[in-house]
Amino acid sequence: MNRRVAVVTFPGSNCDADARHAVALHGMEAVPVWHKDSSLGKVDAVILPGGFSYGDYLRCGAIARFSPVMQDVVRFAESGGPVLGICNGFQVLCEAGLVPGVLLRNSKLKFLCQDVTLHMEGRDTPFTRNGGADIRIPIAHMEGHWYADDDTLARVEGEGQVVFRYAGGAPNGATRDVAGVCNARGNVVGLMPHPERYVEASVGGTDGKVVFERLVEVLS
Amino acid sequence: MRAKVYVTLKPGVHDPAGKAVVGGLNHLGFDEVKGVRIGKFFEIELDEGPDAEARLKAMCEKLLANTVIERYRVEIA
Repeated sequence: MNRRVAVVTFPGSNCDADARHAVALHGMEAVPVWHKDSSLGKVDAVILPGGFSYGDYLRCGAIARFSPVMQDVVRFAESGGPVLGICNGFQVLCEAGLVPGVLLRNSKLKFLCQDVTLHMEGRDTPFTRNGGADIRIPIAHMEGHWYADDDTLARVEGEGQVVFRYAGGAPNGATRDVAGVCNARGNVVGLMPHPERYVEASVGGTDGKVVFERLVEVLS
Repeated sequence: MRAKVYVTLKPGVHDPAGKAVVGGLNHLGFDEVKGVRIGKFFEIELDEGPDAEARLKAMCEKLLANTVIERYRVEIA
């Protein structure tokens, strides 16, 4: 059966088309959802894509988390449905409290646009698997310095909620080189790098495919 | 009525932009400057009400501040 993956578009999202393309390329149906929609409809997974929702006003993701559709995203996440937030989508998940921590300005105050190598670790999620091979995919962000207070950090590390870590140090200054985390239940994942941008050799690489292949595996 | 809300970073939270301002001020000859922390200031116009202060605090908790990294202070003029 065809698996349906909602890709939410906020005003200022700019990686939504890439995310839909990556979903379709892996044999799933990409369902476009507008931020003002009150419901996700009947879907099997949700992706919050990258971009600059609401111009990053106030704080990245701070306004988007109150978009009408986010109520249903929270409900879907709390019911155990797989949710992936990429880049700005990760910032929205943090602001909504669906994953721990917050994303601060890069420590060197520079927008970073480069390929990075990531270790996949921690617990298994619908998008990652412990012990998977390192992957090399791009980052493109100004606010990617993941931060959590000491108690949260200890809990997140202790529960295996760090699912992606920058190999060889975080270019953005992220605490403990964290590139991606999941919630306590393990069904909601946020990461700063862009797996959806590297799903075809013709545009630079295919290392991002593992994230979508894992979702296909979990949903089948 | 009018309220002022100050949102500032909690101690220990990294503020690279504040650090850059220290560098800038030192460069201009203000060598006495040892630290800068940048925050946000909101001027809010709102209808008067008996629970205005509680509602302003709720605004801070829900939107104006991210309490993971920020604290806030409300002043009612």
